[in-house]
Amino acid sequence: MLTASAILTDGLVYAAYLFIVAVGLTLIFGVMKILNVTHGSFYAFGAYGAATAVGIYTNGDWNAALGFVFMLGLAMAIGLIMGIILERGLLRLVYGKDEVVIVLVTYATFLILEDVIGLIWGTQSYGAYQPMISAGNIEIGELVLSNYDIVLVVIAAAVAFAAYWSLKYTRYGRLLTTVIYDRETAAAFGINVTLVYTVTFLIGAALGALGGAVMAPKISVTLGIGVEVIVLAFAVVAIGGMGSIEGALVGALIVGICRAAAVHLMPQIELFVVYGVMALVLVARPYGLFVRAQPRKI
Amino acid sequence: MQAGAQWVGGLLLLVAAAAAPFLPNWVVSLATIAFANALVVLGLVVLWRVGLVSFGQALYYCIGAYAVALMGRWIGFTDAIALVLLGGIVAGLTAAGIGFLLARYREIFFAMLSLALSMILYGVLVKTESLGSTDGFSVLTPTFFGYAPHGAQLSRALYWLTLAIDAIAALFVGLYFRSVAGALAAPIRDNEIRVEFLGVSVTSIIHTKVVIAGVLGGLGGALAAMTIGHVDPAMAYWTTSGGFVFVTVLAGSGYVAAAFIGSLVFEVVRSFAVDVMPQLWQMTLGSVLLLTILFLPEGLGSLVSRLKRRVMKPGTAP
Amino acid sequence: MIKGRTASCWTLAGLAAAAMSLPAHAQTPAPAAAPVKLGIVSFLSGPAASPFGLPGRNGAEIVIEALNAGTAPAPYNKVGFGGTKIEAKYVDEAGSAANVVTDFRNLVQRDQVDAVVGYISSGNCLAVTPVAEELKALTVFYDCGTPRIFEEKARAYVFRPSPHATMDSVGAARYLIAKKKNLTSFSGINQNYAWGQDSWRDFIGAMKVLAPKAEADKILFPKLFAGEFGAEVSTLLTSKSQAVHTSFWNGDLEGFIYQQQARGLDKRMTIIATTGESSIWRLRDKMPDGTIIGGRGPHGPLAPDNAFNKWFSKIYTDRYNVPPTYPSYQMAQSLLGLKLAYEKAATGTAKPTTDQIAAAFKGLVFTGPSGEIKMVLGDGHQGIQETAYGTYRFNKAKKEPEIIDVMRFPAECVNPPPGIDADKWIEGGMKGAKC
Repeated sequence: MLTASAILTDGLVYAAYLFIVAVGLTLIFGVMKILNVTHGSFYAFGAYGAATAVGIYTNGDWNAALGFVFMLGLAMAIGLIMGIILERGLLRLVYGKDEVVIVLVTYATFLILEDVIGLIWGTQSYGAYQPMISAGNIEIGELVLSNYDIVLVVIAAAVAFAAYWSLKYTRYGRLLTTVIYDRETAAAFGINVTLVYTVTFLIGAALGALGGAVMAPKISVTLGIGVEVIVLAFAVVAIGGMGSIEGALVGALIVGICRAAAVHLMPQIELFVVYGVMALVLVARPYGLFVRAQPRKI
Repeated sequence: MQAGAQWVGGLLLLVAAAAAPFLPNWVVSLATIAFANALVVLGLVVLWRVGLVSFGQALYYCIGAYAVALMGRWIGFTDAIALVLLGGIVAGLTAAGIGFLLARYREIFFAMLSLALSMILYGVLVKTESLGSTDGFSVLTPTFFGYAPHGAQLSRALYWLTLAIDAIAALFVGLYFRSVAGALAAPIRDNEIRVEFLGVSVTSIIHTKVVIAGVLGGLGGALAAMTIGHVDPAMAYWTTSGGFVFVTVLAGSGYVAAAFIGSLVFEVVRSFAVDVMPQLWQMTLGSVLLLTILFLPEGLGSLVSRLKRRVMKPGTAP
Repeated sequence: MIKGRTASCWTLAGLAAAAMSLPAHAQTPAPAAAPVKLGIVSFLSGPAASPFGLPGRNGAEIVIEALNAGTAPAPYNKVGFGGTKIEAKYVDEAGSAANVVTDFRNLVQRDQVDAVVGYISSGNCLAVTPVAEELKALTVFYDCGTPRIFEEKARAYVFRPSPHATMDSVGAARYLIAKKKNLTSFSGINQNYAWGQDSWRDFIGAMKVLAPKAEADKILFPKLFAGEFGAEVSTLLTSKSQAVHTSFWNGDLEGFIYQQQARGLDKRMTIIATTGESSIWRLRDKMPDGTIIGGRGPHGPLAPDNAFNKWFSKIYTDRYNVPPTYPSYQMAQSLLGLKLAYEKAATGTAKPTTDQIAAAFKGLVFTGPSGEIKMVLGDGHQGIQETAYGTYRFNKAKKEPEIIDVMRFPAECVNPPPGIDADKWIEGGMKGAKC
């Protein structure tokens, strides 16, 4: 019973992490059909930005809640700036090329940005633990939960809800759905697809940075954190269905719970969980769990 | 035109082979690794012609390498030529099996599934502590029909073997490109359904291509393992695959020879970047890739076609 | 547009051609009275750069500077190596085994270095070793831990003054048992790759010999650089173990420490961090008091109070504003050992040959910033050294990390005797250990 509840809570926390990391990736893919490797850089820049912000607010003795909001704000601002530079400055030039070539453009950008991190923040690692440590913990029976993890789950739920609500009920969301469904028709009906692309890429970049920001207090912010995240996020998105928000949510939950179960029950298979689940899902449903059947065009 | 290209390719190959005794040893081994990796790239070119990209080609590379290393470790077998063929065969058989699954996938899903498969192999090897886990283990010094060279002679022998395998592979792939199945690549890329209406099974063509790419990956891995003298699971990691895709884009899919030149350029640029800017080599590689995509969308191979156009039409301004 | 494009593609081609032709220039023969050239290889990018690569590189830089100035304490006070100045070339260790081997060949054959000092990853050490032997290139490993290098085969040109990793696990087990007499259960969390697997295997092996009644409870192997350890912390929280062993380093260690601290794991069990020393200056008061700290030997705060240590930690701290950690010490010791071997081999003013230096290095005994190193294993190619473990405490008054309750274990107590493989030695009950 203890193990079952531990698996559930651990799975939920891990799923929250995966979802926050993957949602920006799947959004960009859904709209723009770009598998964005630079997402790892957004994550890393978000984490470094958050670490910087934490440094500023702990030195300035700010209120913890204010500091936390500042941390998220600064990270997302960095994401937005990077997003606009990349989309307007680079991706614009390669739209219309092969999907795979665009993947490589983002891969090249990722490589460049890895070294840019070193140039900006140096090679030392940063701790940004203050928000997590100051949040404290609660004991539920034998289990001790970190309050910060609960905040993480709440943030993930909020992002999921916001994405769902804005896609369904706002004007921009509906425009986006149209573009996701059929770009050419949408353009023919007078939707400004270029603008939709820019806005989507900015939101995706900000979400990637948000992922890094909320994780920064838990991890040591150091070189190479982006690489680890990319493949993890790819796996979640592939399981759920590329471009599907609810898919990313379900994919994150499946991977999260499976991994937690593996750690508690069979630690020796933990290494395979993510890719194992991904391969199994792709074998059963080649396009992921939540993807509309694609019409075959003759 | 194609025949002309073959002559040029053959000539380049002979020059490369004849140059070996006059090159310093480090250049020879750098070129050997580059030309071994070029086989994997050639496999990716085969797939790319139908618009498929594998982010898991390191799977076959790693299988080929481990096949060689394990033969040495288990039974002490060291004959280079037999080992290279074995690497190709084992990887090809794996590809044939996986192909039943993989051939149904297209676009990014093909890339993702191949990535997942290679990462599973990576995980298995990391878990195998008896094979040194991530530390890997060493490959026995190869022999050539009982002849056991050392030092610079060994480097040259492996270099020539690699060139020979490259030549055979290039020849076969060239022939394949001109066969009916090979020629259907572009139509498949444009519209599969129309090709199927011709009465051709697209799935089986793609399956064949997966196997060809797998064999080439295995050959490349086997040669690389003998040249490096060490194998480790990182050979199956996705960043290794990413490197191969990188070179594929650098090379372009236009010419078979481009894979070899692209691979060599990549190794040289990498080694140059590490040497001159040890803290910014990733940025250098990324910039080269970006500039290639932006200004040479067809890869290095397109330089050749441009040159040719210039030579054929003298007087036209560039 | 077309013109622009063509121009840039020619620039690119020119660049490639320049890149190809450049190495040829480097081949011009060295002028007379040439400096001693050293290739220094360590991680300058990626996750291992900040904890190991850069401290190692910085250690090399500062020591080489001091040697060239002749300001090191005796017997290291001759300028450079035997009066000849040292010229160092720094190379990144990042990349695949193929890259690492290629870069090694480039150093030896293209740059004609006199010796290569470096390598952090055990996999890279294993990959480089046969090449070093084939090229007859003097190579000194400074940090990598696997005992396999000299156990698989006798080596002629490869040396490692730093003891191998067996010492770290055996020392950790001895310290734990000395401090917790009635230990009944322990757990382990180690990264799922060779270093983590080997560390745990040696640790549990040593525990079986030293405390046969204690049982291993949770054995966790998260993925390397997983970053998120929520489920692992929960699992450990549900365990009744009194101690948890970890060989995590840097990013994973720090992430694990933050995350477990938020959930109070260290209140329930003692953490034994075998590489903890490399993180104390970053974790500071976040490293829980009472954590058992190792530093892969007596380095940093665990180092003996000798003149070399005073000299080294001063010049390092003055330059980099942070005290040296164990990779810096390992690098310093490796360079000092190589210097002694070089000077022992040199007769007159001529440069000694590689074979002469190797013969002088073999079996060398020398004292550096972290005490005495005896090159006795692997036919005189692998060093052993005493080790030390201690308990962490953050001194709030001085605002500085402290390691208290330090126990020192003699080299022969925690290292296998010559002629037996490390894992067989542990399995066989660690016979011949002189404590």
